[in-house]
Amino acid sequence: MGRYVARRLLQMIPVVIGTTLIIYTLVWSLPGDPFAGRCGARPCPPAYVAAMTDKYNLDDFWLVAYFKYLGNLLTGDFGETFQGLSVGEELLRAYPTTAKLALVAIAFEILIGIGAGILAGLRRGSYIDNLVLVSTLVVVSIPVFVIGSVLQLFLGMRWGIFPATVGGDASLYNLILPGFVLASLSLAYVARLTRTSLAENRRADYVRTAVAKGLPQRRVIGVHTMRNSLIPVVTFIGADFGALLGGAIVTEGIFNVPGVGNLIFRSITARDGVMVTGAVTVLVLVFLLVNLLVDLIYGWLDPRISHG
Amino acid sequence: MATTQAGIARRPDEAGLTPLLEVEDLRVEFRTRDGVAKAVNGVSYTLHEGETLAVLGESGSGKSVTAQAIMGILDSPPGFVTGGSVRFRGQDLLALPDDERRAYRGRSISMIFQDALSALNPVFPVGWQIAEMFRVHEGMSKKDARKRAVDLMEQVRIPAARERVGDYPHQFSGGMRQRIMIAMAIALDPDVLIADEPTTALDVTVQAQIMQLLADLQRERNMGLILITHDLGVVADVADKIEVMYSGRIMEEAPVHDIYASPAHPYTKGLLESIPRVDLKGQELSAIKGLPPNLTNIPAGCEFRPRCPYAREICKEQRPPLAEVVPGRFSACHFAQEVLEGDIEPAQQ
Repeated sequence: MGRYVARRLLQMIPVVIGTTLIIYTLVWSLPGDPFAGRCGARPCPPAYVAAMTDKYNLDDFWLVAYFKYLGNLLTGDFGETFQGLSVGEELLRAYPTTAKLALVAIAFEILIGIGAGILAGLRRGSYIDNLVLVSTLVVVSIPVFVIGSVLQLFLGMRWGIFPATVGGDASLYNLILPGFVLASLSLAYVARLTRTSLAENRRADYVRTAVAKGLPQRRVIGVHTMRNSLIPVVTFIGADFGALLGGAIVTEGIFNVPGVGNLIFRSITARDGVMVTGAVTVLVLVFLLVNLLVDLIYGWLDPRISHG
Repeated sequence: MATTQAGIARRPDEAGLTPLLEVEDLRVEFRTRDGVAKAVNGVSYTLHEGETLAVLGESGSGKSVTAQAIMGILDSPPGFVTGGSVRFRGQDLLALPDDERRAYRGRSISMIFQDALSALNPVFPVGWQIAEMFRVHEGMSKKDARKRAVDLMEQVRIPAARERVGDYPHQFSGGMRQRIMIAMAIALDPDVLIADEPTTALDVTVQAQIMQLLADLQRERNMGLILITHDLGVVADVADKIEVMYSGRIMEEAPVHDIYASPAHPYTKGLLESIPRVDLKGQELSAIKGLPPNLTNIPAGCEFRPRCPYAREICKEQRPPLAEVVPGRFSACHFAQEVLEGDIEPAQQ
């Protein structure tokens, strides 16, 4: 187990170097003058250009500049934006909000997604099964920005049940609506996955054995069937959590959530290369770590998978 | 309409003992999209304490379905018991509500299956799965139940049981997995053990060990054992009585040695002749021609007629009931006496 984790961590090194190299190169090789519009309506004074060129190593060969950047990264220095803001601090401010939003979304996926999937899977062909199938199909077919805007309009503004935007106060209560919207697509997949997996496992031989052992029905389903059925579901939710921690540009945009997605979007439009590179580097790291965690959980859920 | 019940009334109540298990005129059908498949059509047999009953038949003969109906683990839908009774020590299990019936499963009657790898839950340790019997049925503590699980694993001769109690099914070999199934099945000292093709998925050498284990356990515990198999070789040494099933019905019932010496039904005869034998090396192996009937559309008359070399006119019209040929031997054939005595010529066709 320890060796497996160590190997996986070592494998991350080339992945992180590769992704940061690609992003760094792309961001700094965008056409156009990096100083355009930085100093209001006038061109930037030569002293400013010289200082910034030196600060971001713009005169160096791009690969050299990249390695200088990487060297700083290794010491934990994410650099500063053109405005002189610390990228590290900005990320630290935005990340908790995104993490909270992701947790709210995952909670919806678990509660509603798995719940609906279980109800449907236990009674295939019933009214509730058809309801789940049709409603998930509808959710899957509608783009997130439509669901987000419609729910914001009705639940948030017309009926005022939930706060319509989040703004500066990213409390859990304020995140309910964006969390639900963010979860909607995965929630539909989770419901369907749970349903199929459960229905499949109910016919399994070991379930018949459990019945033959004289176990009560709720134990046959709750312990023997459920445990096996949830293996693929947990894996899916885990991977989704990793993706959600990367921020949600559309949902955060609709509900004005000050998270990582918003930060990256603003930085891209402002051509703030340092911020984009730093943020994406963190996202890559988080995604890799969550994936490792998911694989470890998978091995724990299904003993047939060994991490020897 | 020929009936099959007739045979039962004429069976002697062996030694005057109350039978452990009496299956009477059991009928099971599967309601599928393609029609109603009549899988079991009036099966009756009795099992006494310490007795080993072998139920023999090819795939689709209804032997496993009968066992599932006895256990109450039929996949329903599509499977439905449509008639008959299953009496355990006089109590009709089919008449009991679900939760009362459940108390018999595992405790009074238990079952082992063909493929232990899929029949054991892959995500729980084997010891946990055995211990579950004690924890659920007897409310035993985790620790005590685990101790009993180790005992049982030793009883079914699993080496290093104490070390392996926490291992998972996939970490064992096929034979060891079947031993674990057996340990689980005998945990609560059941009166009846149903073994559904317990050795089919195993190597020949392991088959013999498992059969020996079952025979030993049965003798020690005086259980009634129902051994379901399609392998005539497996049953010869351990069974007391054989039921030969075909198309959901019993074709022949006889003590094991009699049936090998002289079958009283053309189907049994065909089965015995299709066993490869060393002394017939070099000769063509005889086989029963044709296929079992489609259970959604069983032909009138004798079910075996289309494949029977001795079929006569009467076999087309009348379904022969299971009737006593000589004391203790039953056969569902119009010409049972003649087949038994070898006094019948194949029909000219």
